[in-house]
Amino acid sequence: MKRSHRLRVPAIAVVATAALAVAACSSGSSTSSASGSGSSPAASSSVSASGSSSAPLTASAPGITATTITIGSHQPLTGPAAPGYSEIAPASAAYFAYVNANGGVYGRTIQYKYLDDAYNPTQTASVVRQLVLQDNVYSIFNGLGTPTHLAVESFLNAQKVPDVFVASGCDCWNQPTADPDTFGWQLDYIREGKILGQYVAKHFAGKKIGYFYQDDEFGMDGVKGLDDEIPKSMVVARQTYVPTNTNVGPAVAALRASGAQVVLSFSIPAFTALLKLNSLKLGFSPTLVVSNVGSDPITLSGLLESFAKQGGATVNGNQLTAGIITDGYLPTLGDTSNSWIALFKKIHDQYDAKAPFDGNVLYGEAVAYTFVQAMLKAGRNPTRADLVSAIDAGLPQGPAVAPYAYASTSHDGVTGAYIGTIGNGVLTQQGPVYTTDASATGAVTTYTGAEEQAPASGIPAP
Amino acid sequence: MTMRPLLRILGAALVGAALIAVLSMKLNAFRDYQIAEIAVDVTAVAGLTVLTGLSGQISLGNGAFMAIGAYTTALLLLHLGWPFIAVLVIAAIVTAAAGAIVGVAAARLHGPYLAGATLMLGVALPSLANADQGIFGGDQGLNVVYSAPGFLGVNFPLTRWQAWVCSAVAIVVLVLLANLARSRVGRNWRAVRDDEVAAALAGVNVARARVLAFVVSATCAGMAGALLAVITGLVAPGAFTITLSIALLTAVVIGGLGSLSGAIWGSLVIVLLPTYATDVATSHGLSTTVASNIPVAAYGVVLILVMLIFPQGIQGGVLWLPRRFGISTAPARQPVSTEPHEKEGTE
Amino acid sequence: MVEFLQFTLGGVSFGMIYAAIALSLVLIWRGTRLLNFAQGGMAMFTTFIALEVIYRTGSYWAGFVVALAAGIVLGAAAEFAVIRPTLGKPELNAVIVTIGLLILLEGLAGIFYGGQFRSFPTAFSDIGLRAGSTPLGVSRFDVFVAAAVLATTLLLAVGFRYTSAGLRMRAAAFNAEVARLSGIRVARVITVGWALAGLLGALAGVLVSPATFLYPNSMDSIFVFGFTAAVIGGLDSPVGAVIGGLLLGVVLNIAGGYLGADVTALIALGILVVVLMIRPSGLFSGARVRRV
Repeated sequence: MKRSHRLRVPAIAVVATAALAVAACSSGSSTSSASGSGSSPAASSSVSASGSSSAPLTASAPGITATTITIGSHQPLTGPAAPGYSEIAPASAAYFAYVNANGGVYGRTIQYKYLDDAYNPTQTASVVRQLVLQDNVYSIFNGLGTPTHLAVESFLNAQKVPDVFVASGCDCWNQPTADPDTFGWQLDYIREGKILGQYVAKHFAGKKIGYFYQDDEFGMDGVKGLDDEIPKSMVVARQTYVPTNTNVGPAVAALRASGAQVVLSFSIPAFTALLKLNSLKLGFSPTLVVSNVGSDPITLSGLLESFAKQGGATVNGNQLTAGIITDGYLPTLGDTSNSWIALFKKIHDQYDAKAPFDGNVLYGEAVAYTFVQAMLKAGRNPTRADLVSAIDAGLPQGPAVAPYAYASTSHDGVTGAYIGTIGNGVLTQQGPVYTTDASATGAVTTYTGAEEQAPASGIPAP
Repeated sequence: MTMRPLLRILGAALVGAALIAVLSMKLNAFRDYQIAEIAVDVTAVAGLTVLTGLSGQISLGNGAFMAIGAYTTALLLLHLGWPFIAVLVIAAIVTAAAGAIVGVAAARLHGPYLAGATLMLGVALPSLANADQGIFGGDQGLNVVYSAPGFLGVNFPLTRWQAWVCSAVAIVVLVLLANLARSRVGRNWRAVRDDEVAAALAGVNVARARVLAFVVSATCAGMAGALLAVITGLVAPGAFTITLSIALLTAVVIGGLGSLSGAIWGSLVIVLLPTYATDVATSHGLSTTVASNIPVAAYGVVLILVMLIFPQGIQGGVLWLPRRFGISTAPARQPVSTEPHEKEGTE
Repeated sequence: MVEFLQFTLGGVSFGMIYAAIALSLVLIWRGTRLLNFAQGGMAMFTTFIALEVIYRTGSYWAGFVVALAAGIVLGAAAEFAVIRPTLGKPELNAVIVTIGLLILLEGLAGIFYGGQFRSFPTAFSDIGLRAGSTPLGVSRFDVFVAAAVLATTLLLAVGFRYTSAGLRMRAAAFNAEVARLSGIRVARVITVGWALAGLLGALAGVLVSPATFLYPNSMDSIFVFGFTAAVIGGLDSPVGAVIGGLLLGVVLNIAGGYLGADVTALIALGILVVVLMIRPSGLFSGARVRRV
């Protein structure tokens, strides 16, 4: 057995050398600038828009230097969940690039480092620790996904790292006592369900309703909201789908068999399209009411395009999406006279032109705008706690059509939305904006406040 | 067995433990976390290399056993709050029982049929979490809270503690498996792997040996799952996809089939290579879609190249180096048969 | 009752896709005793190539033909460059190589074609067919899918049985050494086998992508079920592959309709366990378990 004796030592020695080599590599890693094309790394040293304060810029917190602010995120860039979501972070990076080129935040440039977690919570745990423990980011921004972000929420709060504007509509980000550093941003699914439910109960009274929803917290929270507003007697069918199984034929057949005249769908765009395709195959044509996530007209048209072409010259993708009812909490993409759309389109064309200007890009830019608002409010030399307090004190609603709920007692984001219908490939608002809360009994009320206009410079006022 | 091999194994374990202790204090907190991740993988991969390398049974479903260990841990910590060491033992026992069930069901399956059955096990088992969302938490999973013990002081970094705990478990598992491989059980496994009929004629209970191998590998995977639960803090089906099972098998073969040192190599590859490739890609400022897919493509290329250049895995390559320079490491005895695929893969 | 009919007929369409993948795996298994984990990935890649052709030329059939041709080329190239060096080495090496190939193809697809969902056209109308006024749950395209897979299977079966090339392939699979002694170029035969498997995979990809959308990971679950179908039918049996695929597709669709979408994998596991308990080498495999 002499052979084995001589082997153990070399094996361990090689492992040790490898490990030390890894250590050497790691100590040299620096925070890279925003990954993605289009971000101009111009380190702007010009005086900021506010102009008044002359206090010198210091490294007031981890991730903040005199010239840069470094933030991080975890996003599904590869893997089965990537289609669609992978557009959001580059759009945010585009808005940050615009801000960097126009004075930055008090003269500092924003470096946005987002890492791929392939929608796997184990990988999320790893990349977020890399961002916080190795790259020393100031804040985690717009972490995407519910199970993925749940994997890091406690860690971030234990480390007291601001965890702002999570890209998920779960109500779980609203825990100001347990997780004071975590904030939601988008309209949560329960509120959305209530707003859609109230509309359907009013306008489709007496009809048979079927639910089609994703079998996780996204769909289930949405249905919780729907059930708060729609009488149980109207609901004749409830069918679920899982994102890993594209064969929704049986679910659609079951919906058809139940006689549903209106189908409420809490689905991602691919499954909205599959619902439509399978309905056509079964000769089933209910009125479709779709949640905001799954109803972007441009994405849907693209997914239905091949089917539309096959249907003959008279049918194009837009005809297949016509009549879909949905909700929106940002201005509609087709409203070119809207100051926000004009601003974000201009930035998109300059910094993120390869991507289509669709709902995901609008989302990415809008949430980045909100971050810049919060950073400006946090002060010239902010600590991490300053950012959290800034949001706790409330933020102006910016591009959102309804106010944020931010307060020290609430970390929910947008509180309302309007109902719209899709026609000719664009979403048109129908009626007013509604707001509500996330409880089962809170009423859905019409919002009478005014919407904000985009600032002329495109950068929020401090 | 004799004392000398046991002493050597224990000596190697002590050296390894000391090395990890030193590294965990020199490297930054994120690297400590990676040490913990690697140790978790070593625990699971070591069990799988015993199953696939020594016992000759391919399994594409060890991710499912990790899930069982992880969920057991999460449920016990959540509802009963027992100390982790007790939870770890129970998770090991529960997963061992699952391994026995699967082992019995799979006892008559060979080659691709076993692969297919375990593949579907790996795909189907995590979906049970959606069966009772109240207990298992559905897609959102269950949260796990685990902090460093008080006696270490408030300033002791949690990631270093995680690295220590995971490495301790991994080292203990490696020592136990090394002993097992050298014992009669290990010899029985190799005999059954090489020729079932001959082994049966020699008096080996083939079915029992095969089931035992499954039990051992499942137990290791269950403990790895328990460790994974406490270091990541969340147990959800999305963490136990088929990708995990495939990564474990990849680590086994890349490292060196049947070799416990190979388990270490393989785990290093599957944890460090993706991070390294991502860092390289993003530092070149390519467009996001390209930059995020380059590490994927690179990982695939590395797997292919390593298998083509080192057919015996990295451990085989490590053995080859001294031979290349004239230092003899060849065993005195001849292998059982001249067929390359039946050559023993120990060390 | 109508739903049951819809579930069954709808299941036939997916079942035929599983059968095509299963068939390609059987071809490779019989020829080289290997599991090709990259089969789905290769199908995805050739379908992307087809999509490019369709965009540029506007012709579906041009894309269809190019996809099949690309499948042949990709299969042969993979065997020559990457699999052949692993023959004679430990078997699991080839499995890892195919896994590496799968990951590489998914990465390349992401780099060249982007990660977004792509809509893929159907050959014929996907509007549902009706019996009287009742929708059947299948379309003209679904009928084409079934016909295409069956026709290809029959062609292959006839080719194996009645041509000398087929005889050479069967001989090489049965006993490579003796075949070599008989003058058969075994290496070339193996390459042809992989090329045919690539063709079948490309066919499956083109036929299923309208229903799953095309993106780098779109064939992953199709591969898993195709592999399961091959195991159920017996990896030595082309007939088993087709029957296994149909069985799996129909049963999963019916189960999905009555029990919901999340139990699909569990039902598949159940079928697999039941079949393998009764016959550990699949339903139609000729191999007998040796008993001493």
